[in-house]
Amino acid sequence: MSQSTRTQSAATRYASAAAMALALSAAIGIAATPAAAQSMDKEKCFGVALKGKNDCAAGPGTTCAGTSKIDHQGNAWSLVPKGTCEKTMSKTSPSGYGQLEAFKEKKV
Amino acid sequence: MNGAMHVGQGDFAAALLDAGRECPRGLRTWNGSDPNARFAVYRNNVLVSLVDALADTFPVCCELVGETFFRAMARVFVTDHPPRARVLAFYGREFPAFVSTFAPAASVPYLADVARLEMTRLEACHAADALPLPLSEIAAVLATPAQLPGLRVRLHPSVAVLRSKYAVHSLWAAHQGEGDLSAVDPMLAEAVLVLRAGFDVRCVLLDPASAVFIDDLVHGAELGAAHHAASLLDPAFDLAAALGLVLQHEIITARLTGDHDHEHTC
Repeated sequence: MSQSTRTQSAATRYASAAAMALALSAAIGIAATPAAAQSMDKEKCFGVALKGKNDCAAGPGTTCAGTSKIDHQGNAWSLVPKGTCEKTMSKTSPSGYGQLEAFKEKKV
Repeated sequence: MNGAMHVGQGDFAAALLDAGRECPRGLRTWNGSDPNARFAVYRNNVLVSLVDALADTFPVCCELVGETFFRAMARVFVTDHPPRARVLAFYGREFPAFVSTFAPAASVPYLADVARLEMTRLEACHAADALPLPLSEIAAVLATPAQLPGLRVRLHPSVAVLRSKYAVHSLWAAHQGEGDLSAVDPMLAEAVLVLRAGFDVRCVLLDPASAVFIDDLVHGAELGAAHHAASLLDPAFDLAAALGLVLQHEIITARLTGDHDHEHTC
């Protein structure tokens, strides 16, 4: 490595380090702001703990009600997927506007 | 021993997952009822309980395509990918990849990535605990700014960055009551930071350059290299904002000091 290259790379590194120090100072300022910290707490965790109950104690199909469900579902995937997202997908079609109602209906 | 059954485990397992197969020979029932009918009930319970587990793990996917479609798809997955471990919590790790190749779901191209996000959230939920590095210790780095470009950090074990060609975060968030599904264009690329704070799994929407930056940090890159990669993608990359996000969510758990090259340059 030539002397001039090394000097240049050292200079670049220095500039970069100085810029980084500024950015980190600013970031620490952002993180230390209590209001910002509060706004992060709005998300919910969904119930992954349910998975611990892996025995078939409850729920549809886990009783000895019979096996008719198999026949019903065996060819079900030949259906077109339907639901909220299909409606989002088809926003180029005239029906694209109905999705908001369908979604709210499901949530309420 | 009287009444002992002689059924091979392999035969039993194969018949369990294939409704086209007959009840394994040699099965007997305690009360003399038809083993075919009893086995069919058991087979159904096994399949349905595994499909239920997938529906629990991928609730947004289930809503996106409807329960009927989802359960039928999940049933095909269960038959092709029976559990290989006893921990049901992680059952379905291969499900996103399966969805991406499942022809009937091709009309919903973003479904596999939404499944990836849901699995990533689940992994984050079960990731190991780690205490965040106090801000004061991070601030201490400022005393030697020349070390900053070579700095490497360890991030919380729950942290992952998911980059998608689709609007995975918006699609997911719209199903948590945040945002409006009708306003989501699923074909817009999005990146998501997934992390767990306490018991709370968070999904944070990232701009593309910040996604590169944090993903590089996850994979052990030096601060300078991660900054460089992000700036290449977007010359307007805002390092302060990206670091601010990282510090706000308290995902740095340690400073790594094992790199002798950089210890000597200072």
